Amino acid sequence: MAGVGELLLEVSKINKSFGPVHVLHDVDFDVRAGEVVALVGDNGAGKSTLVKCVTGIYAADSGTIRFAGQPVSIRGPRDAAELGIEVVYQDLALCDNLDVVQNLFLGRERRRNGLLDEAEMERLARETLASLNVRTVKTVRQRVSGLSGGQRQTVAIAKAVLWNSKVVLLDEPTAALGVAQTAQVLALVRRLADQGLGVVIISHNMNDVFKVADRVACLYLGRMAAIVETTDSSREQVVELITTGRSGSIGLDAVDHVQI
Amino acid sequence: MTIDETHLEPQLAGSDFALDTQTASASDVVRNYLQRFRRGGDLGLAPAVMALVALTAVFGILRPESFPSKFNFGNYFTQAAPICVLAMGVTFVLLLGEIDLGAGYTAGVCAAVVATGLKNDLPLPISLLFSFAAAAAMGAFVGWLVAKIGIPSFVVTLSTFLSWQGVLLLLTKEGGTIRIENSVVNAIENKNMAVWVGWALFAIVVGGYTLGAASRAVRRSRQGLVGEPLAVVAGKAALITIVWGVATWILNSPRGANGLRGVPVVVPVVLVLAVTLTFVLDRTAWGRHLYAVGGNAEAARRAGINVSRVKMSAFLVSAMLASIAGIVLASRLNSVDPQTGGNDTLLIAVGAAVIGGTSLFGGRGRIVNAVLGGLVFALINNGLPLLRKIGPVDFSDAGPKFIVNGLVLLLFASIDALSRRRASAS
Repeated sequence: MAGVGELLLEVSKINKSFGPVHVLHDVDFDVRAGEVVALVGDNGAGKSTLVKCVTGIYAADSGTIRFAGQPVSIRGPRDAAELGIEVVYQDLALCDNLDVVQNLFLGRERRRNGLLDEAEMERLARETLASLNVRTVKTVRQRVSGLSGGQRQTVAIAKAVLWNSKVVLLDEPTAALGVAQTAQVLALVRRLADQGLGVVIISHNMNDVFKVADRVACLYLGRMAAIVETTDSSREQVVELITTGRSGSIGLDAVDHVQI
Repeated sequence: MTIDETHLEPQLAGSDFALDTQTASASDVVRNYLQRFRRGGDLGLAPAVMALVALTAVFGILRPESFPSKFNFGNYFTQAAPICVLAMGVTFVLLLGEIDLGAGYTAGVCAAVVATGLKNDLPLPISLLFSFAAAAAMGAFVGWLVAKIGIPSFVVTLSTFLSWQGVLLLLTKEGGTIRIENSVVNAIENKNMAVWVGWALFAIVVGGYTLGAASRAVRRSRQGLVGEPLAVVAGKAALITIVWGVATWILNSPRGANGLRGVPVVVPVVLVLAVTLTFVLDRTAWGRHLYAVGGNAEAARRAGINVSRVKMSAFLVSAMLASIAGIVLASRLNSVDPQTGGNDTLLIAVGAAVIGGTSLFGGRGRIVNAVLGGLVFALINNGLPLLRKIGPVDFSDAGPKFIVNGLVLLLFASIDALSRRRASAS
């Protein structure tokens, strides 16, 4: 799919506090079909909290979440999954002792006559991986413990997109990877968007961000400093937004700044 | 993304899933197996099988007059049966990375329940029902404490190990023995099947395995998936035919002074249990979830699996199998006493599962491991007393027996640890 499509996920004026600590201030954020949005910010800026509010692990104190134009209430990961929102956490949540097919279908096994339909699952697993252009797995019957870091990341992503997913949130997918594997995973992230998914990627790596993202959302101390297009902004600008919340004419205004 | 088969025409390059799409030849399979073996890691059944062969050789050479006798061979299976059954049950809990130290006395209590029922003239099915109900209650209680309350299973079952022992003492009236007169219960460990039934069982085993494996291989290749090469299926079938055939032939020829003959009744009992449980673990979603929870409970939880329900059910299944093991134990002695399921019973069963290749850390293990491990331990305890005195050591004493059992367990744990270390280093 070329270009950017309909608005999928739309978060507006989200607030979240943990006791006296106000973690998210009126945060606006959105993802469209077919685009990759990078969510950046320093440690403690509120990236993870935002993701957890979107997936229902935390309940936001105020604000609205709309999905495909409809206001929705997401009370847990199950609700999120039902809408088509999937998260790939940094720890990947794979079972090392199970093979690729078993991991992909974990908790949602295909059955026939009440028994596991291994043949069908194996076929679908291979088709899904092939459609994502995954070229490095020699056999889908390999145990995950025998896979490289990049392959594991790939399996985790494939697991997230296997089921009607519309929005995928990736938490630092390249943090633990080498150069070649990072390139492979980023290519996969791009392909997901090209297939029409909305992709959110949390990253600290500006190279990755500018390589793969269409837009960059910069959080600064719990506020959305700015959302900029990668085509008309520079790394320096984004770094400035991350560290100071402001860059030239864009970013948080001075009043807000003083308050902090 | 939807799995829409119409627009997904997988374009497989040569390197993609190469092993899934090329039909492996029999020699590939053998080579892969040997390679995996050399590189270490998952040794599968090999150590247990080698131990069986080695032990048979050692005992056979040292005591050619008593160990290889047909009478002893018949005995061997009745000795192995209770260990195997208890080990199969414990496997379910071990797969989760948990332990059930109380399983031995669960078996004892259930045996006492059956014996008490029979003594009070209850029909056998009713007595069995009471025993299963007791097992279910004990298993559910332990499972609930572990899964819902969150007490480590080691502590919970350490406590049930003591409590069930107390219950068993109460049921057997402080040291008494409950005799079992029921012919059906006593037949399990003391009767042999008619010669023709033994051969019928042989035909069912060989035919069932061959048909099952071959049809699976054919079905997979028809669906475009790589199945086991037919030559490998044939090889395994031939091996089963030879081993089971020879064993049946030996058991069906007269043994001992009063011309005892036939395959022990307990053999099909263990076989049916093993096949059923293997099927449950391999082919049902519940079995898959058990492995998942044992491998990575957090991943299982995020995948929507009800982790605490899986845990509770595993303890329940373990207790139910312990109750069957208890009946086998009771049948062996024709009675239940405060030692039934006690002493080293549980530890031998856990050891059997581990020797067979089940991991104590969870997520890895199969029913066949428990059976093979049980056979290894039974072989040790069958052969050692026959060695009698070698030098200053009398192997028919309990002391050397315990020491040897402990050393064997240690040996297998070391093999497992070393092979795993080599696998992670390569």
